[in-house]
Amino acid sequence: MSKFDRRGFIKLAGLGGGIVFVSSLGHGLGLNALGSILDHANGKVENDFYFVQLSDTHWGFAGPKVNPDAEGTLKKAVQAVNSLEEQPDFIVFTGDLTHTTDDVQVRKDRMSQFKDIVGALKVPTVHFMAGEHDASLDRGDAYQQAFGKLNYTFDHKGVHFIVVDNVSDPGAIVGESQLNWLKADLKQQKADARIVVLTHRPLFDLYPDWDWSTKDGSAVIDALMPHKNVTVFYGHIHQENHHMTGHIAHHSAKSLMFPLPAPGSVPKKSPVPWDASAPYKGLGLRSIEAELKQAKYEIKELNVTGA
Amino acid sequence: MNHKKRILITGTLLVSAILSGLLIHSRAEAVPAERVIHITAKKFDFSPDSITLKKGEPVVFEISSADREHGFNLRAFGVRTNVSSGKVSRIRFTPDKTGKFTFSCDVFCGDGHEEMTGTVIVTE
Repeated sequence: MSKFDRRGFIKLAGLGGGIVFVSSLGHGLGLNALGSILDHANGKVENDFYFVQLSDTHWGFAGPKVNPDAEGTLKKAVQAVNSLEEQPDFIVFTGDLTHTTDDVQVRKDRMSQFKDIVGALKVPTVHFMAGEHDASLDRGDAYQQAFGKLNYTFDHKGVHFIVVDNVSDPGAIVGESQLNWLKADLKQQKADARIVVLTHRPLFDLYPDWDWSTKDGSAVIDALMPHKNVTVFYGHIHQENHHMTGHIAHHSAKSLMFPLPAPGSVPKKSPVPWDASAPYKGLGLRSIEAELKQAKYEIKELNVTGA
Repeated sequence: MNHKKRILITGTLLVSAILSGLLIHSRAEAVPAERVIHITAKKFDFSPDSITLKKGEPVVFEISSADREHGFNLRAFGVRTNVSSGKVSRIRFTPDKTGKFTFSCDVFCGDGHEEMTGTVIVTE
C-alpha cells in the first residue's frame, strides 16, 4: 500500500494560496495510508489544521453498471475517515448529499438515511451544503429542514469559511440577495484575510453546455477579487479540476458515487461505467491541510480506502 | 376626361405601382420572413431534439413545456429563456455560422436533467 508523507503532498501553491490534496477511494478500502500520513505530522505548527472534504455522495442513486456498491461506498468512506489516526478538525460535504427524486417523502427519507450514515463519523463538527440534487426541485425546503441554512459562514483557527449556495435556485443562480449578503460579509474581512469558499457548482464557466457553471458566478468572483488569500473548494463535476481566476484557486473534488467524464470529452455527459478491474476508480475524498504560518493550504487526493 | 389627362393619370398610377413594387421588394430583401419553429420541452427531452437551420435565415423558436419549468439555452448563439408550462416562450435569432450546436435545459428539472439536450444544425 502506498504511503503518504504529509510533506510529500502535491504542492499546489501556484494554484493560489498553496494547498495540498489527498484523494483516496481506490483499490481496497483500508485507510491506513492516510493514517500513515498523519504519523509524519511531527513538524506541525500550532494552529495548522486539516479538514476533510467529501462530495457528491448521491445517496439513493441506483445503477449497478456505474456503482454496484452504491449502498456501501459512503459507509466505506465514513469508516476511512474514522480510521484516521489523527482526526481532522472538521469535515465538509460539498453538496449532492442525496440523489434527486420528484417524490418529496423519498427525498426526506434519503436525507434522513444519509444523516444516519454520516452520524457515525467520529469528528463532531461536520458542515453540510446542498447540491442541485438536494435542493433544486423544492428550492431547498427539505434540505433546510434536515441540515439547516443553505448559505452561512464559520471561522476556524484564523480562516474564514463562506458557504455559497448556487443550487437552490434551479437556474443555477446565486442571486442578488445572497450576493449582497456575501459582499456584506466580505466587508468585515481584511484584504489579506484567509478565506475559503465552499460551494457546489463551479463559480467559473468550466463547461456550461454540461451545466458546469454558475450563471452569476462571475459576480461572486468579482466580490472575492479584492481579497488576496481566497481558495474555492467545490463538487458537482465528480472529478478533480484545478483552475485559476486571477489569484483565486478553484479545486473540484471527486464524487463518492460515480465519476463523470472530462469536460467536453464525450458528446453526452453520463457517468463513467464501473471498472471491475479497478473498483472505486475515479471516486474519492480529500484532505486539506491548512498551513497557516505559511498562509497556504496543501491538498491531497485519496481513494475511498485512503490509499 | 380628355385623352391627355387619362394618359397622365395612367402614367402616374403606373409609376406609383412600380415604385411601391420596388419598395415592397426592397423591404422583403431587408427583412426576410422569420421561420417559426415550435419546440416542446418535457422531462427529460426536447421535441424536436434536432433542428436544421440555414445560415442567415431568421428564426423564432416558440418553446412550451408539457410539464414543469425548464430552460432552453443555445449558448453558441447567446440565446436562452425559461420555459414554463402554460406559456409560450420565444427566442429570435439569425444563425451567423454553420455547424452543429448543442442546446440544453439549464433549469434543473430532475433525474434526467443532465441528458436533456438537443442539436441545432446550421447549413449554408
